[in-house]
Amino acid sequence: MAYLELNNVYKTYGEGTDSTEVLSNINLTIEEGEFVAIVGFTGSGKTTLVNLINGLLKPTSGEVLFKGKPVIDTSHERGVIFQNYSLLPWLTVGQNVYMAVKEAFPKEKKSVLNQRVRDYVDMVNLTPAFNKRPKELSGGMRQRVAVARALAMDPEMIIMDEPLGALDALTRGNLQDEILHIWSKDKRTALLITNDVDEGIYMADRIIPLKPGPNATLGPEFKIAIDRPRDKTALNDNPNYKKTRNAIIAYLMDIGEERKSVSATEYVLPEIAPKSFVA
Amino acid sequence: MEQEIILKKDRQPFSFVKPLVAKLTPKFNRGDLLGSLKKTGITVISILLFIGLWHWGAKALYDVEADYKIEKALTERGAEAAAAERACIASGDSSCQPNTLPSPSQVWASLQSLIADHKIIKADKAAFVEKMAATNAKLTAKGKDPIVYTGRASFIDIVFTSIRTVFAGFLLALLIAVPIGIIIGLSAPLRSAFNWFIQVFKPVSPVVWYLLVFMIVKTLYIGDSTDNAFVISFISVGLCAMWATLVNTAMGVSSVDKDYINVAKVLKLGTFQKVFKVILPSSLPLIFTGLRITLSVAWMVLIAIELLAQSQGLGLFVWEEFQNGANDSNSKIIVAMFVIGIIGFLLDRFMLTVQNMVSFNKNEAV
Ligand SMILES: Nc1ncnc2c1ncn2[C@@H]1O[C@H](COP(=O)(O)OP(=O)(O)OP(=O)(O)O)[C@@H](O)[C@H]1O
Ligand SMILES: [Mg+2]
Repeated sequence: MAYLELNNVYKTYGEGTDSTEVLSNINLTIEEGEFVAIVGFTGSGKTTLVNLINGLLKPTSGEVLFKGKPVIDTSHERGVIFQNYSLLPWLTVGQNVYMAVKEAFPKEKKSVLNQRVRDYVDMVNLTPAFNKRPKELSGGMRQRVAVARALAMDPEMIIMDEPLGALDALTRGNLQDEILHIWSKDKRTALLITNDVDEGIYMADRIIPLKPGPNATLGPEFKIAIDRPRDKTALNDNPNYKKTRNAIIAYLMDIGEERKSVSATEYVLPEIAPKSFVA
Repeated sequence: MEQEIILKKDRQPFSFVKPLVAKLTPKFNRGDLLGSLKKTGITVISILLFIGLWHWGAKALYDVEADYKIEKALTERGAEAAAAERACIASGDSSCQPNTLPSPSQVWASLQSLIADHKIIKADKAAFVEKMAATNAKLTAKGKDPIVYTGRASFIDIVFTSIRTVFAGFLLALLIAVPIGIIIGLSAPLRSAFNWFIQVFKPVSPVVWYLLVFMIVKTLYIGDSTDNAFVISFISVGLCAMWATLVNTAMGVSSVDKDYINVAKVLKLGTFQKVFKVILPSSLPLIFTGLRITLSVAWMVLIAIELLAQSQGLGLFVWEEFQNGANDSNSKIIVAMFVIGIIGFLLDRFMLTVQNMVSFNKNEAV
């Protein structure tokens, strides 16, 4: 039995004549302990897919199974890092994280919870901003709070919707390592949505492209056969890395072109220009 | 990029002078000072212009009225009476003054006399209390009600009665509208059930509210001789003014950002937690916007309601002065008008401050 399973999932927004089928025939299997990355074009339905998995949305047809049981609601077992941070603006950084921690560990003592909050805020280097409200933070800082909040709940599966998009290369690298560390420490399962192919290759076991919508469906998967722990500086010289990367980018360019010629609509390509890992 | 800019700056000659100058100049810089001076200047000039225009207008009206009086005396009673009338008006005698829009100086004089009157009444009251102290002590010892001062209320007392009425009404509106707003905001069926009710009662005029409250309170107070004017007026004010808060609260609660609801769901907050930790905080700015409107509406309808309810407040004061028709009645009415306007303005400022305090998104409140 797979850890997470999506079988023939369709998702349609709206009803009647103004309904659009965003996702169609999604089939995805993730094993326990795996790290899977999904890359896709903007507006293709990545967030929709994430919400189907975390239980905020229900599929129009098909089934989403988590540990063999249908997902009908959200659960603390599946932690989510939202794309738009979704911090509560009236709470400080510490309070935002505390709220999550308190829900995840209702029986713990207050001092333990507080310590946990401090640890995770420190992990994302936000201790100086502990008592600030989201409005006073930069986009990247907010994203880090969202990361801290999700990870502090200690979820079995970490679902990340473009969690590091607004960060500079250095912070991004650090957080990638933190997430990998937490993932590998207790052998968690992770699903990462990203538009950065390099990030996917550095972090994931498999990369699956999501074709542009509407009726987006998953493309063929690319296995990343690079040993862990991976070394960013050495990655550039790894022949396997280059081969995989080129294959994925070629595929994405292809489906991007295909879309253009079919519908003549412009689709914005994700940022897939080569990026130096050494910041 | 930033590095570059800093380097360029440092290459400027005498760059070390800058920090020194910065230290020596006081906190506000010249631009700010000039700006605020300009702003105050404009306000002062506009006030002076207003007073000037008012003075000029009042004088024109005065002349029209005076000419009419003299003309009338001439046609009705002959040239001699007209001359006498003219002399009487010119002498400033109160018996024959034209009755029209008072000039700024007359209004100012009325304000002074109202304040002087307040001092007299206050002294009167103190004397009365002192005089009755012994009698009242005996009365209370016997278990009877003490004798209280029932003389004329001074202008200041009247203003405070009005403020008390508005605050009581506002509090009533808050206690009714916020909880109901929250409940119907949370439930879509209740919202549609209440919708007709709100739509029908929201536009009802203060006068009708007063009559409605009067019918009910009168019956409730049957056989009770105490003055219920205050009760009737504050309830009417509250009912009249609560709608903005009710509608805003319901709207705030029902339209919480989807993202926050998603957070509540992912964290699996219980219903209670969800309402008090997510929904209410996020709708507080809207609730306070509603409360601010409620307070200003309360203050606005107060005058009409006090007038009807015969409650010793500004509304009744204005009405009585108008009926009275004494020489300085008109200027007293204008004094009351300014007092009403200024207190309304202050109340609104106060609410704006509170609203900004609770608003997590500072630039939202306008
Ligand atoms: N609640 C909704 N109702 C109707 N349409 C929606 C809704 N949410 C999303 N959509 C549509 O579904 C499509 C996919 O949206 P989604 O947010 O899943 O894309 P995405 O891949 O996450 O995009 P991005 O990369 O910009 O985050 C879009 O065309 C969007 O307009
Ligand atoms: Mg998205």
